[in-house]
Amino acid sequence: MNWLKSILLPAQGTAYAAEHDTFFMFIVALTAFFFLLITALVVFFVWRYRRRGDSPAESQVTHNTRLEIVWSVIPLILVMIIFAWGFHDYMNAYTAPGDALEIQVTAKQWIWQFEYPDGMRTVNEIHVPIGRPVRLVMSSEDVIHSFFVPSFRIKKDVVPGMYTDLWFLPEAEGEHTLFCAEYCGRGHSDMLGKIYVDSEEKFREWQELGDERTRTMPLAELGALLYESRGCSTCHSLDGSRRDGPSFKGVFGHEVKLSDGTTVLADENYIRESILEPQAKIVSSFEGIMPTFQGLLREREVKALIEFVKEQQ
Amino acid sequence: MADVASTSHPMAAGEPAATNYLKAERGFKSWIFTLDHKRIGVMYLWSVLLMFLLGGIFAMLVRLELLTPGKTIMEADTYNRMFTLHGAVMIFLFIIPAIPASLGNFVLPLMLGAKDVAFPRLNLASYWIYVIGAVFGVVAMVTGGVDTGWTFYTPYSTTSSTSVTTMTFAAFVLGFSSIFTGVNFIATIHRLRAPGMTWFKTPLFVWGIYATAIIQVLATPILGITLVLLMMERVFSVGIFDPRLGGDPVLFQHFFWFYSHPAVYIMILPGMAIISEIIPTFSRKNIFGYRAIAYSSVAIAFISFLVWGHHMFVSGQSELASAVFSFLTFLVAIPSGVKVFNWLATMYKGSIDLKAPMLYAIMFLMLFAIGGLTGLFLGALATDIHLHDTYFVVAHFHFVMVGGTVIAFIGGLHYWWPKMFGRMYSEKWARIAAVLIFIGFNVTFLPQFVLGTRGMPRRYYNYLDQFQPLHAFSTVGSWILGLGLFIVLGYLLASLRKRYDAPPNPWGGTTLEWTTSSPPIAHNFEHVPVVTREPYDHSPAPAPAPAGD
Ligand code: HEC
Ligand SMILES: [Cu+2]
Repeated sequence: MNWLKSILLPAQGTAYAAEHDTFFMFIVALTAFFFLLITALVVFFVWRYRRRGDSPAESQVTHNTRLEIVWSVIPLILVMIIFAWGFHDYMNAYTAPGDALEIQVTAKQWIWQFEYPDGMRTVNEIHVPIGRPVRLVMSSEDVIHSFFVPSFRIKKDVVPGMYTDLWFLPEAEGEHTLFCAEYCGRGHSDMLGKIYVDSEEKFREWQELGDERTRTMPLAELGALLYESRGCSTCHSLDGSRRDGPSFKGVFGHEVKLSDGTTVLADENYIRESILEPQAKIVSSFEGIMPTFQGLLREREVKALIEFVKEQQ
Repeated sequence: MADVASTSHPMAAGEPAATNYLKAERGFKSWIFTLDHKRIGVMYLWSVLLMFLLGGIFAMLVRLELLTPGKTIMEADTYNRMFTLHGAVMIFLFIIPAIPASLGNFVLPLMLGAKDVAFPRLNLASYWIYVIGAVFGVVAMVTGGVDTGWTFYTPYSTTSSTSVTTMTFAAFVLGFSSIFTGVNFIATIHRLRAPGMTWFKTPLFVWGIYATAIIQVLATPILGITLVLLMMERVFSVGIFDPRLGGDPVLFQHFFWFYSHPAVYIMILPGMAIISEIIPTFSRKNIFGYRAIAYSSVAIAFISFLVWGHHMFVSGQSELASAVFSFLTFLVAIPSGVKVFNWLATMYKGSIDLKAPMLYAIMFLMLFAIGGLTGLFLGALATDIHLHDTYFVVAHFHFVMVGGTVIAFIGGLHYWWPKMFGRMYSEKWARIAAVLIFIGFNVTFLPQFVLGTRGMPRRYYNYLDQFQPLHAFSTVGSWILGLGLFIVLGYLLASLRKRYDAPPNPWGGTTLEWTTSSPPIAHNFEHVPVVTREPYDHSPAPAPAPAGD
């Protein structure tokens, strides 16, 4: 049966996947048996009782109580086994253990956003340490989406206006694909993500330094990426227009008027302070609503953002 | 047991046998205002076949687009409209009315030995409401299309800028057509059975249509109300389903499936009903387990109302609810399984003739078996988590809806075609087409099971390269299937150009429709038939003298 399993199902990424597959293959065996039985009977009857000349039927039997009970009760018992087994595994699939790493998931057309307990945010990819349960607390900002990881055999809808949750215990290092399984419009089939299951060490390294791609990216490019993914863009425009915060256009190297009437030159130190301690100096005519990013950005990421702001002339 | 003799006076005696219903009156008006159930059935038949063609064209375009990942022939927005329209047209305009309103309308009164349905005017109204609904559907298609999927899930459907309001209105209107047909059939079956036709002397096709009619009458209003709420939300921003307006999007799914799961049985019960006619006739045998089949139709109709939540195992509904729905779902599997065994037992020691209708009945047995058995994976909670909203589901319901209902419909069409139009079709071409349809269908849909178990979600415009070979198979299969269906259309239409050549009873059937001429006279029977035997009595004793000659 293993060859069949490897044709039918993707590789197993969790212990639950193995549990699921045993159950799955049980149903495969059962349904294959009944299908072959039905087909064999059809073929045999058609061949054995085909009409020759104008012959009538051999018999006109219309009842056989014992037979009818057998073919009602045996399937009933079998489906009740499937029901109970399926329920048992379903509860395992959907009941998270208490000590899980909790990641917040926000779905919106057509991206997956993640937030770790320490405030770190990622888009369309998460890194998780091997052997540690992960619990996802999910909600949607627009329409219904569905979080589906075939190699973990898990799926749950991500619904606006409420939280749903899902968990897994990753046991196979490497890359697993995340699909959106609930139709959500034009970009539905491109709403994919990656789950990277890392060794404990590699995971810590990733937490500190970011993944390889961003580690080697030029600073300004990384800054542009963070400007979007860390939400700076919701308050700061690049074209001089006013949002909740001042535009980044032409800030660097110019005098900035502060709310206490003084002015300050916008150099690297000022930008750095604005990001990590926004309340220290408030720009005049704006309110001090900017959240601090202290502890939420890696050192290299702060540099990247400064570099990015510098470029907006 | 009620044994209601419908009428005791002889019908229009002395009518010349030559005036069959097709010729009884002439002219366009004699059709569009007809109250004759047979003519209404024929109008329904051409209408649903036209819709089948339209839905089929959408299907072919969807499959062609999926031949390669990314763009093959159309953009994502167009693709999303195509699969939505394929689903909406096939479900609301083709498969729901297909068997009851076309074949059912034609055959049901004949089988009962009645002159017409109980409410002929309601019957005509049902047809024209169907046409109005179809017109709204077409308007929705040409004014921007619809991109929500035929399930109209909120809040996507309440925020989509496409013609969702028009399309839901179309489905709302079509609901009335379905309700009218259902009410009419229930009354007809209760009141108009021939003298001597007790409930247990009634053909199983009638039982199947009866069970269907119950669902049509009880479930369709729920869909109507749900669609009205959806329209209210779209047009007046009344918050019912959209959380931004204080609504609950999952509530829509409950409402929707409360209709749409029973609707699955509106689609499949009539198919099963046809199979219960074809197999005894072409096996020359009394049906095995008549009462079991009859009762299981009614049992399915009632349990089908209690299983809607099995579409929502991953929606976030409570685990307890999921457990109850899963349990009930497995219960409803049993009557369907029992029917399959009964049909097999009917063939046992029969005298089996593989004419076209029987070929389709056998195809039905095998394809419906696959459709039903794969349902076990989806009714089971744990496996459904993995398979929900993947191609496995797509394959499963196509095996049930196409392998089951559509194949039974085509089988029924071949079975009653000589009765309806008085002509025999080419048996040779019928066999060629049947083989092509069987191969094409399996090549199209078997690979989709594997796509699904390997994790390919449904309604995907683009997909990972690893899925491409199976998608290519599936697309090629759709061409074979399409070719087979076109051949059927070809030889059926060709037969209409011949002279009348069908005898009253070409297959040796035992139910009452075979006792009148082919095509039947306008009033169906020369004399009111009196029923003394069981419906599938193939024992050598002389058959009841055919009415008329
Ligand atoms: C919730 C809105 C908001 C977000 C999000 C936000 N800021 Fe700000 N930001 C402000 C406001 C308001 C000001 C002006 C008041 C102040 O100086 O605190 C400001 C000021 C600044 C300044 C000083 C600008 C000047 O013209 O002197 C910099 C630099 C800055 N933000 C960078 C960032 C970066 C980098 C991010 C993303 C990591 C970010 N901000 C995210 C609201 C925001
Ligand atoms: Cu989505």
